[in-house]
Amino acid sequence: MMLTREQKLELYYYMRLTRSLEERLVNLYRQTKVIGGLFRSLGQEADAVGAAYALDKSKGDILSPLIRNLGAMLVRGAEPTEVIKQYMAKGDSPTKGKELNIHFGGIERGFVGQISHLGDMVPVMAGVTLAAKMRGEDRVGLVFVGDGATSTGAFHEGINFAAVQRCPLVVIVENNGYAYSTPVAKQTAAKSFVDKAIGYGIPGEQADGNDVLAVYDVTRRAVDRARRGEGVTLIELITYRRKGHAEHDNQSYVPEGEIDRWAAENDPIDRFMKVLRAEKVKASELTAIDDRVRTEIDTATDVADASPMPEPVEALRGVYANQANVPPLWFREDVSSAVDSHERASGWGTYDV
Amino acid sequence: MSARQGGGRTMSEVTYLEGIRQALFEEMERDPNVFCLGEDIGTYGGAFKVTDGLQAKFGASRVIDTPISEIAIVGAAAGAAHMGMRPVCEMQFMDFVSNAYDMLTNYVATARYRIGLGCPMVVRGPSGGYVRGGPFHSQNPEAAFFHTPGLKIVSPASASDAKGLMKAAIRDDDCVLFFEHKYLYRRIKEEMPAGDHVVPIGKARTAREGTDVSIITYSATLWKALEAAEIMQAEDGVSVEVIDLRTLLPMDDAAIVETVRKTNRVLIVHEDTRTGGIAGEITARINETCFEWLDAPVLRVTAADVPLPYSPPLEDYVLPQTSDIVRALRRIVAY
Repeated sequence: MMLTREQKLELYYYMRLTRSLEERLVNLYRQTKVIGGLFRSLGQEADAVGAAYALDKSKGDILSPLIRNLGAMLVRGAEPTEVIKQYMAKGDSPTKGKELNIHFGGIERGFVGQISHLGDMVPVMAGVTLAAKMRGEDRVGLVFVGDGATSTGAFHEGINFAAVQRCPLVVIVENNGYAYSTPVAKQTAAKSFVDKAIGYGIPGEQADGNDVLAVYDVTRRAVDRARRGEGVTLIELITYRRKGHAEHDNQSYVPEGEIDRWAAENDPIDRFMKVLRAEKVKASELTAIDDRVRTEIDTATDVADASPMPEPVEALRGVYANQANVPPLWFREDVSSAVDSHERASGWGTYDV
Repeated sequence: MSARQGGGRTMSEVTYLEGIRQALFEEMERDPNVFCLGEDIGTYGGAFKVTDGLQAKFGASRVIDTPISEIAIVGAAAGAAHMGMRPVCEMQFMDFVSNAYDMLTNYVATARYRIGLGCPMVVRGPSGGYVRGGPFHSQNPEAAFFHTPGLKIVSPASASDAKGLMKAAIRDDDCVLFFEHKYLYRRIKEEMPAGDHVVPIGKARTAREGTDVSIITYSATLWKALEAAEIMQAEDGVSVEVIDLRTLLPMDDAAIVETVRKTNRVLIVHEDTRTGGIAGEITARINETCFEWLDAPVLRVTAADVPLPYSPPLEDYVLPQTSDIVRALRRIVAY
């Protein structure tokens, strides 16, 4: 279970890639090239990357990420180009412009695209892992939820079902302090989310979500338990959301100094760099990784930028398995586009337009 | 979007969003039983800021920030309503009302009929597309509830109706689902009638008088219908009447019959998907009540039967556009 030096550098690479890719997306957002909202995971890279790293690609493990788990998707093989294309609503993005941001993925890729309804992926992943169990496969599933999603009926039903069925599932509650503007104290009366494990009759573990090695260790233990047939584990990772719910959110509800304190004292990348330096990794090695990340993102940006927007009729394809496309409505026959230009509605109207 | 929206904004003009906010303020001031609950509605003032300032004015006990729990929000509202309270629930996006579908359709809609317990409550929130919100921040889920006896459904298109219908919804003795359109929130504004402005539930409005053909619509597509009516007048010399339903349940059958008898030609327009949408029901009612008054078949312009996609070319292809309405009107007129 000890990670090699190369593996640790790989963890660093994915954390840096996550942060730099999101910084690039912010630039693109400000250039109005990102369509719709932009969701950051600044300060949460360790929990996403460390947890996903504990899964085994060779065994077909499956991850269900949430909106702040870009890092986990990158670990599982999502490409920066795909992510940028998604945010730019391009026609050759993984979802062909149908779904937004990091809502993409498939079983064969080892990560499943989420929906916006929080908690819904818990029962879905209960089913994914139930199927693995029924077929005698060695697969393990991992589902991320936030502190907010634990308040949903879907979360409760899903984790209870998986616990009863002893599904090989790891449920990670990524406690970043806020669900949109709602602090944890208004989300639950429980002292900690890991306490909920008792009620489901499953083991629960809590870890420092900003310590990538601790995240890896705790997740790896749970993955191993699941693979041994010992069922579900609930993990609470303590971290902090340093940006708003989405880019438009000015975080007016956050007490003064809180964000600065986490940034100064508990940045997961800074902390991991100190660990690596203490283990005799040279500064130049880390700089070389940063350079590699920058080059990859530059290339990805150019590719995504040059990609075409989708053809309008793509909207009619893919609703059913046995139907190439839904026929156009009668008033759209021979009409390729019903508008001359496409309005860019920034921010879904969540602020003044 | 309309003459009302163009320049010449005066101090007394308010947006659609502000109209709703005013209604919430006024009703909470009028009746201490009125309270609001929902996700991020208090400290933050709501994702769209509809409830901005409410908690500062009325306190955290009457403007409640809830956990992410639509079932509990709606269910707790029903229970409080039984006790004489007047809860107003916010769904952060109406796409999330599906989480409370069981509570609304099984409990709230049937409570009066089964055991004589009323649920005087409002479930409100932003619906609708044209905003690049993708499949889960753009839905028009009204039809799912339209099929449920016991619920009322309101879907205003103008700022004054948004305010007046919200006040009526809060005062109504049954549960009203209040579908706000997020595209309209800050894009339309108008002078607000003075005083206690209440618009009765169940009454349609003639948004434009016409003689040759009628459009029956509601919510954001009203503005596209009015645009199309202008084009038909200017380019074809056709006089189009536009009926804004405002309330979907109970439906204003009298207003529908009246416009059919007047123009003898009808186009129904809605943003929701086609199959099982409100337009089908309106068509059936016209057939049953005034078939002999028709000079052409009733036609529909609606969204295509697909989940609503995110990318602008796709979304604009799926949703009804002004050019579609013009095309449909020309076919009806040529009949």
